[in-house]
Amino acid sequence: MSLAAKEKWRKRVVALLRTVLLIGIAYVILQPLIYRFSTALMSMEDLYDQSVRWIPRKPTLRNFRLMWEHMDYVNAFGRSFFLAALTSVLQLFTCSMVGYGLARFKFPGSQIIFGLAIFTLMIPPQLIMTPSYLNFRFFDFFGLLKGQPLNLTGTYWPFILMSLTGTGFRCGLYIFIMRQFFRGMPKELEEAAYIDGAGPFTTFWRVMIPGAVPGLVTTFLFSFVWQWNDYLYVTTFMAGRNFLPQALEGAATKVANAVKDADALASSSGFLDDHFYSLINNAGMLMIILPLLILYIFLQRYFVESVERTGIVG
Amino acid sequence: MKRKRRPMSFSRRQKLAGFLFTVPFLVGFIFLFAVPFYQAVVISFHELVLTPQTFELQPKGWENYGYALQVHPEFSKTFTEVLVKLATELPMIIGFSFFAATILNSDFRGRTFVRTLFFLPVILGAGVVMKMEVQDYAQIMVKHLAEGAPFFGGAAVRSFFAAARFPAGMVDYVIDAIQALPTVIRASGVQILIFLAGLQSIPREVYEAASVEGATGWERFWLITFPMMSPLILVNLIYTVIDSFTAMNNELVVLIRETMLRGAGYGVSMAMAMIYFVAIGLILLAVFGLLSRRVFYHV
Repeated sequence: MSLAAKEKWRKRVVALLRTVLLIGIAYVILQPLIYRFSTALMSMEDLYDQSVRWIPRKPTLRNFRLMWEHMDYVNAFGRSFFLAALTSVLQLFTCSMVGYGLARFKFPGSQIIFGLAIFTLMIPPQLIMTPSYLNFRFFDFFGLLKGQPLNLTGTYWPFILMSLTGTGFRCGLYIFIMRQFFRGMPKELEEAAYIDGAGPFTTFWRVMIPGAVPGLVTTFLFSFVWQWNDYLYVTTFMAGRNFLPQALEGAATKVANAVKDADALASSSGFLDDHFYSLINNAGMLMIILPLLILYIFLQRYFVESVERTGIVG
Repeated sequence: MKRKRRPMSFSRRQKLAGFLFTVPFLVGFIFLFAVPFYQAVVISFHELVLTPQTFELQPKGWENYGYALQVHPEFSKTFTEVLVKLATELPMIIGFSFFAATILNSDFRGRTFVRTLFFLPVILGAGVVMKMEVQDYAQIMVKHLAEGAPFFGGAAVRSFFAAARFPAGMVDYVIDAIQALPTVIRASGVQILIFLAGLQSIPREVYEAASVEGATGWERFWLITFPMMSPLILVNLIYTVIDSFTAMNNELVVLIRETMLRGAGYGVSMAMAMIYFVAIGLILLAVFGLLSRRVFYHV
């Protein structure tokens, strides 16, 4: 065999191995999603039927219908959407600003501030959740406000304050991403703007932000997704309000009461059967994930590209 | 002495501007982070009693810590388990994400699609989904059924390798590793992203120069790719520790939350969180201390 032919065969074998490997990995990644879809479409008979593994024999939309109604989906969706959009826009604003300040200006203490941002990432949010809750429950601006302390829990204020000051959930990571992104942008643009007499803030808004769109999209996506999926913050500061996580948790009891008389297999005297619970649970989880999947499909091009451009080296 | 007020020099103005850009974070850090953190430390030495108007702290000294470590039935056990699990999975996550990033960095058809797919766990594996997964009975049932016929890891495999005189510990580790593979793959999204970004930033000319000098692929990997990626290995190690440490389905996090809401109360749960935090901090410091001197920084 000639050398060229050998090389050609080698390439084919490598390509084949890679394809097999990637299909395997893709299966592992997609398996929970496929599993969830198939379970959510099952009826009780399918779940107990040993011969049914992936494809339900009697597919039904009943689980989705029950959850739609008892999660109060439209309202919960609206609330969660508003909260995620609000926090991610505010976090984007602050974190890009802080990231830019750390990326392009050398001033005494800038290294320390960057270190603090990373430090906030290392503290599990659970650790400071109780004191944070107490601070917002009895809010007096840390002693600055006289008189009766305000109760900010149950309002959007805790989220607004934490986002605006870059101390919300994983904000340290967003500051890090934006810093890396701004560091990778060419300096010539800014220098030109300075020569034209623009100040640092004008330069930031007019020159840097438009150039940083892919980085901003990445940060936005992370921020939106993590707020949307968040359970800890929303149940702590918004206890008793119907956001998607609470809606999903609370739905089980409501469904149990609703199907109590009609369906003995699913619910006996108001207690849900464990397996029926997981059917509706999977339907509910899909209803939470689906909007994110759609968002991701729209933004993934920016996302994948910008992550490569950040060049998070050094 | 009167000094004439001059307009600020360019460099001073730049320094001030840089500081102003970071002021929001600084304010937030002090009031919404450092203060609660300090309060958490204080609470861990107290018992917290909530009254309708306000809250009270009753001093307890080191009692909460003693209770968590010696009396609480599950804390020490779960604590060790979580650390062992982290130690097992950490090298695997780093290894897998490095490997996956290398594949994704090569040129082949459908690359964009595969990349999109690989980052999907970043979207799916967070917060509420993880939490609900813990309680999913149908999934647990399916898993039990599947364990009846494992495709790998059965007794036959173990005895085969034992007969071949492989050390038992090594065989166990490999089998456990293969069984943990799905978890590892799903926990690697962000790490792959970080490695991929790093691979893309290595200038092509370096490889070309090495090839001209007659370096083999093996040498190019160990003498160029690996040293250039070493800072990112450090970043990823730290990210992975933090990520698994704060995940909603981390057993210790679940335990701490349970203790707070239904168990021994706020004080004890804060003490547990503090012990956990200090342990992870020490691990991170050790990792950092061991590796940071070996890391190669490309200037």
